[in-house]
Amino acid sequence: MTTGAVSRSNSASQNNEETIVRYTFGERVNHWIGALSYIYLLMTGLAFWSPYLYWLAAVVGGGPTARFWHPWFGLIFTATQFWTFKAWRRDMGINDADRAWGKAIPDYVENEDEKLPPVGRFNFGQKIFFWGIFYSVILLLLSGVALWYTETLPWSLRFLRFAAILIHSSVALITIGLFLIHVYMSAVLEQGSFGSMIHGYVTRAWAWTFHRTWYYDVIGKPRP
Amino acid sequence: MSQAATELIRISGHAGVVPGKGLNREFQVCKLVDTTTCIGCKACEVACLEWNGYTFTETTFDNSYQTMPETAWNYWNLIKFNEHERADGTMMLLMRKDQCMHCADPGCLAACPADAAIVQYANGIVDFQEANCIGCGYCMTGCPFNIPKFDPPSRKVFKCTLCNDRVSVGLEPACIKACPTGCLHFGVKSEMKELAETRAAQLRTNSGFQDAGVYDPAGVGGTHVIYVLHDAKHPELYGGLPRDPQIPWSVRLWKGPLKWIGNLAMVGGIVGMALHYMRFGPKKEEPIPPNANADPDAGRRP
Repeated sequence: MTTGAVSRSNSASQNNEETIVRYTFGERVNHWIGALSYIYLLMTGLAFWSPYLYWLAAVVGGGPTARFWHPWFGLIFTATQFWTFKAWRRDMGINDADRAWGKAIPDYVENEDEKLPPVGRFNFGQKIFFWGIFYSVILLLLSGVALWYTETLPWSLRFLRFAAILIHSSVALITIGLFLIHVYMSAVLEQGSFGSMIHGYVTRAWAWTFHRTWYYDVIGKPRP
Repeated sequence: MSQAATELIRISGHAGVVPGKGLNREFQVCKLVDTTTCIGCKACEVACLEWNGYTFTETTFDNSYQTMPETAWNYWNLIKFNEHERADGTMMLLMRKDQCMHCADPGCLAACPADAAIVQYANGIVDFQEANCIGCGYCMTGCPFNIPKFDPPSRKVFKCTLCNDRVSVGLEPACIKACPTGCLHFGVKSEMKELAETRAAQLRTNSGFQDAGVYDPAGVGGTHVIYVLHDAKHPELYGGLPRDPQIPWSVRLWKGPLKWIGNLAMVGGIVGMALHYMRFGPKKEEPIPPNANADPDAGRRP
């Protein structure tokens, strides 16, 4: 773990462009395995969701192929998210600063970030995303196994099929919502975020602007 | 269907009426199974295997005449036996030929996500097109009769075709042809329904079966396989025939409101984010003020 390692300087505030490690190599590799497997799951899942999107299955090799691989990619995605849970769960606890940030969320939406209370490595929105995906993955895994081997469920346990089909589709929709917001915020809205998941670095100014408590933790200045 | 091509509506140079014009032909086919005259000989099972080219599968013994618990991907037609003890202590062997019911409102078709893997013909036959089947098994979730069965090696689902290949060339289904007692009938739906009602009335009047009746469940829009039962009030006695079969509410919810809520949310979300970006633009990092180290709250507006 080298998260937070910083290139030392005597006058921190004068070095806006100096970089801080935000995501380790392992975190980045895990993220992109998860991202690519989720995109596959999204395409094939949407193909099964609506006849108007069934062509998406053709893009990845046709309906039967999509049906064959979807569960396996689901296992890969699940593994990446469990690893994420193991690596980040301590950073994802919701504290008083997060609750204050949550109350000020209209300022965040309107890009009035300077009005927001300072937050740590992850803000309240990111924490909601993390826990939302984590619990969704558990539900998707359980319902997904029931759908994967539907034929082995005896007729007397058919309520499991009914439950699985509703849980899998509605929880998948929740993850789609989270995914869209995640992609928009990190790849489009917040400049500097996308690159940090590729090369691992953010600038000091970025850290100071968006994750000020974390910034001070990293550069080793005590917070009053 | 095919008959429509031979039905004339105009004839050139022809005096008088057009023969057959306006004739109402019914194309809805129906299989009638009279459980009261079935002897459980399984000739229909053999005929089904023969016609469809499947071999016998291993049977299981459960201390009854039941050869296997339910139909299989390559065994579409199975007699369900039930040793039923009546209120007066006498025993009745209830026998019902179990197969696809060819529902007017088929749950398998409603649940299926694959383009043209399940089709419903105008004559009422619901048929699986295995070439288009992706093997997801959703049809098994949608069916209220436990009929579609999955074949793991081919990853396809199979069921009774109502001998669509025979019916389309004017033949009766193989099971009907094989029945030695005449408990199986095949014809247009209205005539089969009439025959079934006649038989049920006969059972009520002459044979002392007060509750005899016809099984043509309305919950799935009626079926293209109908039964005459000695006891239509307790269809579950006949090898678990559901009393009021419906497409499961979870499947209706999933394919109905949930789909529209989900689609609106997805499109709405994308549009919303585009509007947000146009209205508020990107979030940019700000330079750290010179006094930031002394006062971490510097630069934060009150």
